Amino acid sequence: MKKNLSIFFLCFLFWQVSAQNIIVCDNCNFTNVSNAISNANTHDTIIVSKGLYKEHDIIIDKPLTLIGEEAIIDADFKGGCFNVIADSVSISGFTINNIKTSYTKDISGIYTFRISNFIFENNTFNNPFFAILIQKSENGIVRNNVINGNAKDEISSGNGIHLWHSNNVEIYGNTISQMRDGIYLEFVKNSNTYKNESRNHVRYGLHFMFSNSNSYQDNIFERNGAGVAVMFSKDIVMTNNIFQYNWGTASYGLLLKEIYDAEISNNTFIQNTIGINAEGSTRVNYFNNIFKSNGWATKITGGCYDNIFYNNDFLNNTFDISYQGRQNGNMFNGNYWSGYTGYDLDKNGVGDVPYRPVKLFSYVVNKTPETIILHRSLFIDIVNFSEKVSPIFTPKELQDFKPVLKRINK
Amino acid sequence: MIKILKYSFYDLMRSKWSYIYFFFYLFLGFVLLFLNNDLSKSIITLMNVIVVLTPLIGAIFGAMYHYNSKEFVELLLAQPLKRRTIFLGQFLGLSISLTLSLVAGLGIPFLSYGIFMSADIFDFISILIVGGVLTFIFTAISYNIALANEDKIKGIGFAILAWLFTAVIYDGLFLVSLVIFDEYPLEYFALGASVFNPIDLSRILIILKLDISALLGYTGAVLQNFFGTSVGMLITSIMLMLWMFIPLKMIVSKSKKKDF
Repeated sequence: MKKNLSIFFLCFLFWQVSAQNIIVCDNCNFTNVSNAISNANTHDTIIVSKGLYKEHDIIIDKPLTLIGEEAIIDADFKGGCFNVIADSVSISGFTINNIKTSYTKDISGIYTFRISNFIFENNTFNNPFFAILIQKSENGIVRNNVINGNAKDEISSGNGIHLWHSNNVEIYGNTISQMRDGIYLEFVKNSNTYKNESRNHVRYGLHFMFSNSNSYQDNIFERNGAGVAVMFSKDIVMTNNIFQYNWGTASYGLLLKEIYDAEISNNTFIQNTIGINAEGSTRVNYFNNIFKSNGWATKITGGCYDNIFYNNDFLNNTFDISYQGRQNGNMFNGNYWSGYTGYDLDKNGVGDVPYRPVKLFSYVVNKTPETIILHRSLFIDIVNFSEKVSPIFTPKELQDFKPVLKRINK
Repeated sequence: MIKILKYSFYDLMRSKWSYIYFFFYLFLGFVLLFLNNDLSKSIITLMNVIVVLTPLIGAIFGAMYHYNSKEFVELLLAQPLKRRTIFLGQFLGLSISLTLSLVAGLGIPFLSYGIFMSADIFDFISILIVGGVLTFIFTAISYNIALANEDKIKGIGFAILAWLFTAVIYDGLFLVSLVIFDEYPLEYFALGASVFNPIDLSRILIILKLDISALLGYTGAVLQNFFGTSVGMLITSIMLMLWMFIPLKMIVSKSKKKDF
């Protein structure tokens, strides 16, 4: 992929040398962007000067470089803004405002269909329906854009950056807030999403569906209606992300559904109702993550096998692990648990008594959610203690045999 | 009544138990803050302690104080005084001194850690209020028990049993009934059952402030809708007041009929 990109950049440089510059401003030859585009030759650069341009549904049908110099394009809720149907297009530095909301079409700030080699950078979107919608396209970069939505509910709102059936796209440095989903990847392969900030969305900060072999790192997801969802995908790598303050009756830090062969490492989960909710997820490695002050640090429901948890820190969560059923096909080894009360006689930093992360109460709450009303009652403490001494209801083999005594990740 | 209140209050202020109780809270407060160094976390731990301990101490002290001051009461009864004033005065003297130990014992360490500067001040104050109310309730209940039982051992035993029932056994029965009937919609049952136990009621009041109800899912939403609104707050305050006044009323009526 890297090789592809560098060739693409070389070509780009070459084109820029041979191409012409066209300037759009109030008293230039061209006073609006659409005109400039229809009169441009392929690989020209169009520089749009400072000003407000009331235009919508601008079609880019040839390879072009569009540079906005404090240019504001206001679609005035009449339609979308840029409609890109040619390869090798770059759009940067624009402020794109007021995209029309539609219940039948996916209207967006920048829309692409069947193109390759595109760069969208340093643009600002205010009130978009969709901001950037990329369909059946490949080899592109979406970076350093700012997207400010004002989504109120799921029905009448769109997504920040939406990729559908696309390959090799890099999404980084974007700041996205208050959309339906911040970043939505559907049938996307070999893409990388990193250093984005995604917050205050109605639904998910990041949403993966049927997207194999992708990775995302160094992102921040906070205060999203439902956190981050990764579903029906294989070979996903998630590292160094921060999931925080996703707090509500149906909020998750990270929701995993039908995930195979993934790696979840070095992430931080702070104050989420449920840190990780895993459903039907198999062969996932969780390591060096920090779970702090969550309601449930991890909730493992049906069909999760061969998952391994090691070197994680579980700090002050109401429930460390909630587990359904009495079978255990997962391994917990060498984690730090703030609730561990055992001892270390040989002073090797590893507790001599195994730790049982599943409390009886979390088992009971799973079965009868109303019993949560007894949370922090003395009776519950006594029951938890007796279950800890001689487990009957919770999976017997579910224990951390080598609980670490000091925090691992800082 | 004020005079009797004053006498029993001064009497208790001189007793070593008040000091032990006071120093216990002082020690607890400092140790908690020293180990956690985080006000909000200490407050959660404090809640666990207060909800269990203040009723227990209230129950034991109430019964014990009645038996120990029996001779003094008999002396007072020989004077031209209303029985109501004697017993209410004694009860108030006792519960006020216990509450004072609690407030001062916890107040000093938390004040010195700068509770006024932090946003947790309201949580802390509500914990102290709940602790005070629980002290009053359980002192009144155990006072009743002591009035009804001549035998000291029996009286203290029953008082502890009353505490054990509300703090532990009630929750056990509650849990079992929730699990057995889990096919039915239980939110309102859970709400009702928790209102009828002062310890549960205070616990939930504080939890909703601290642990935040989102954790509690759908039940939490129902609870939050009830306890979070002003109507809910009014109802819970009325319930706690009732828990205080009914035993008090019983003290008065029982003491009138009792043959000393």
